[in-house]
Amino acid sequence: MIADIAFYIFAAVLLISAAMVVSARNPVHSVLFLILAFFNAAGLFLLAGAEFLAMILVIVYVGAVAVLFLFVVMMLDVNFARLREGFQRYAPVGATVGVVLLAELALVLGGWKFAPEAATLRLAPRPDQVQNTAALGALLYTRYILLFQMAGLVLLVAMVGAIVLSLRDRHDARRQDINRQQSRRVADTLELVRAPLGAGIASLGIYRPITAPAAADGQAPPGSDNPEVHAPAPPAEVH
Amino acid sequence: MNWSLALPEIVLSCCAMAILVFGVVVREDSTFVCTMLGLGAFLLTAMLILAAPFGTGYGGLFVVDPFADFMKLLILAGGAMAVVMSLDYNRHERLTRFEFPVLIVLSTVGMMVMASAANLMSLYLGLELQSLCIYVLAAFARDEQRSAEAGLKYFVLGALASGLLLYGISLVYGFAGTMDFARITRALTDPVTVSPGLVVGIVFIVTGLAFKISAAPFHMWTPDVYEGAPTPVTSFMSTAPKVAAMALLLRTMVAPFGHLLAQWQQLIVLVSILSMLWGSLAAIGQSSIKRLMAYSSIGHMGYALIGLAAGTAVGIRGVLIYMVTYVFMSAGTFAVIIAMRRRGRACEQINDLSGLGRTDPAMALAMVIFMFSMAGIPPMSGFFGKLYVFLAAVQAGMWTLAVIGVLTSVIGAYYYLRIIKVMYFDTGGEAFDPRPASLSVIAAGTGLFTTLFFVLPGPVLNAAQAAAQALFG
Repeated sequence: MIADIAFYIFAAVLLISAAMVVSARNPVHSVLFLILAFFNAAGLFLLAGAEFLAMILVIVYVGAVAVLFLFVVMMLDVNFARLREGFQRYAPVGATVGVVLLAELALVLGGWKFAPEAATLRLAPRPDQVQNTAALGALLYTRYILLFQMAGLVLLVAMVGAIVLSLRDRHDARRQDINRQQSRRVADTLELVRAPLGAGIASLGIYRPITAPAAADGQAPPGSDNPEVHAPAPPAEVH
Repeated sequence: MNWSLALPEIVLSCCAMAILVFGVVVREDSTFVCTMLGLGAFLLTAMLILAAPFGTGYGGLFVVDPFADFMKLLILAGGAMAVVMSLDYNRHERLTRFEFPVLIVLSTVGMMVMASAANLMSLYLGLELQSLCIYVLAAFARDEQRSAEAGLKYFVLGALASGLLLYGISLVYGFAGTMDFARITRALTDPVTVSPGLVVGIVFIVTGLAFKISAAPFHMWTPDVYEGAPTPVTSFMSTAPKVAAMALLLRTMVAPFGHLLAQWQQLIVLVSILSMLWGSLAAIGQSSIKRLMAYSSIGHMGYALIGLAAGTAVGIRGVLIYMVTYVFMSAGTFAVIIAMRRRGRACEQINDLSGLGRTDPAMALAMVIFMFSMAGIPPMSGFFGKLYVFLAAVQAGMWTLAVIGVLTSVIGAYYYLRIIKVMYFDTGGEAFDPRPASLSVIAAGTGLFTTLFFVLPGPVLNAAQAAAQALFG
């Protein structure tokens, strides 16, 4: 009973938000509705007993894909009104194609037949006493290990491809040089000075870059006369 | 589980990753070493393939039989030749990046899985691995607009083709309840159960695969992508991936859908006729030699499909022989095209070849051999490729297909012979830059193979025979 109610709520919100994704004028709203749709789809998966898929949907699609969409939409500032310009003109042709396709699909599905043993083959053995995360993992890492590794290679190629096509070696870039960082010693870069209490660093001949011209005259920077700046110096203890 | 069946693929992908790491760590000037390592990996894999046993592994996902081995060796040959040809070209065009050989090796892994796929899922993953690498390779000259356009165009259309293929796979799965080839075959032994939905699924699968071998009417991308991609990539695209996609097409049509020959035969006949016609007619007006090669490859795929349309073991043997001759003559032609370079700039027009017979007789002779072979003039290997597919068509009683094939070969001969005419009878045109040794070796090797194929065709014929038998057996 509760499950039924939850199903209808999830399904209704999913459909409404999916419709809003394509009809919202503001692309940012579209992406936000997409996130809502993902959450509700995850709810449906939970009801179907596929908790792993539900979590993956939230983590991957909401956590990564939708956020990336949002990022791109905000960064690129695409003018969606211009993208929709031809919509009115092409709508009749598109609708005709859609109706023809729908009719064909109806024909195909109307005459659908199953292979005699299809029903038994399609019935996946339901894992008993095992969470479906464990069941999926056992399948992926044993029976389908070849496909799993192939998918990994596809991802590797995508990564290499993105780097090949977009990374540029800039010669004026400041790169991190681990060797130089490691070989730096304290003595090369740090100087310890003893500062008298309440005097400020200006009296030691150290000036901030901004106040450097004033210091060139041999005078203290203008701000240094202000008692509030100097005032109660914290009782810092130098060991 | 017999995991060692996929040992060649595992070793090759480990080599690819090792080369990748090596390239990243060494960074400076590692391209030459990486390319050589890639070649070594190809050689090692070829030896592993020859030594590997036959069988089915990974729960029916992966099969190793004479057919798969035949196709894999051909794929490795195509990939190795493309890698060698890239050496000089990439240096001239400032494309020396170590990722190039890595991507070619990874793409070859995908193709080898395609040749061994015995399940619709491994079929799809192999295809995607292969295509994704080639999308990147097509756009490898990223600062050049033509190359970026080629990569993008191929990517968008390839994604569409993958979508169609997946839709077809889902319809077949809906019918059979399994993606395993052996089980689909069993479900289809009684053709009475076949519904229109299943036929639509098969049509979509054929569409997706026909896109990959660039057969008409799914060839639209070919001329633009061939022209825009860096030439070594074009030579790669015209050899190895074609072989792999053809292997998939042959295996899916013969093994799981073999009992539905009557259903898909007319489809293959149609695609074959359209490819032959379009390949020979549209090539006539071309002035760029890379575009010419694109149309030529469309036509060649049409001829190769004649053998599949016959639907017999003899026909499949014809396709295999055709692919062998095609790979070598195509690679040789591209070696000549890459060697066309004046004052450091690549030339791509047919007119640039004028006077080659006088300025570089050896290169002109190689081009003559390849053009005669492509036109199907005996005793070049291309003639035997055509002979065996036409023979199979005649034996299967498909006279129209054979006659159309012969007629379009005659039309095709016009533009192949025109190139020879330009080289020997047109005057003008300065000499090309001295050609690098790597290209000379490829052109000479493939030229010798193409010329001398008729002297000793036995090994190729026997291997093709065994491969075709394995598919039907």
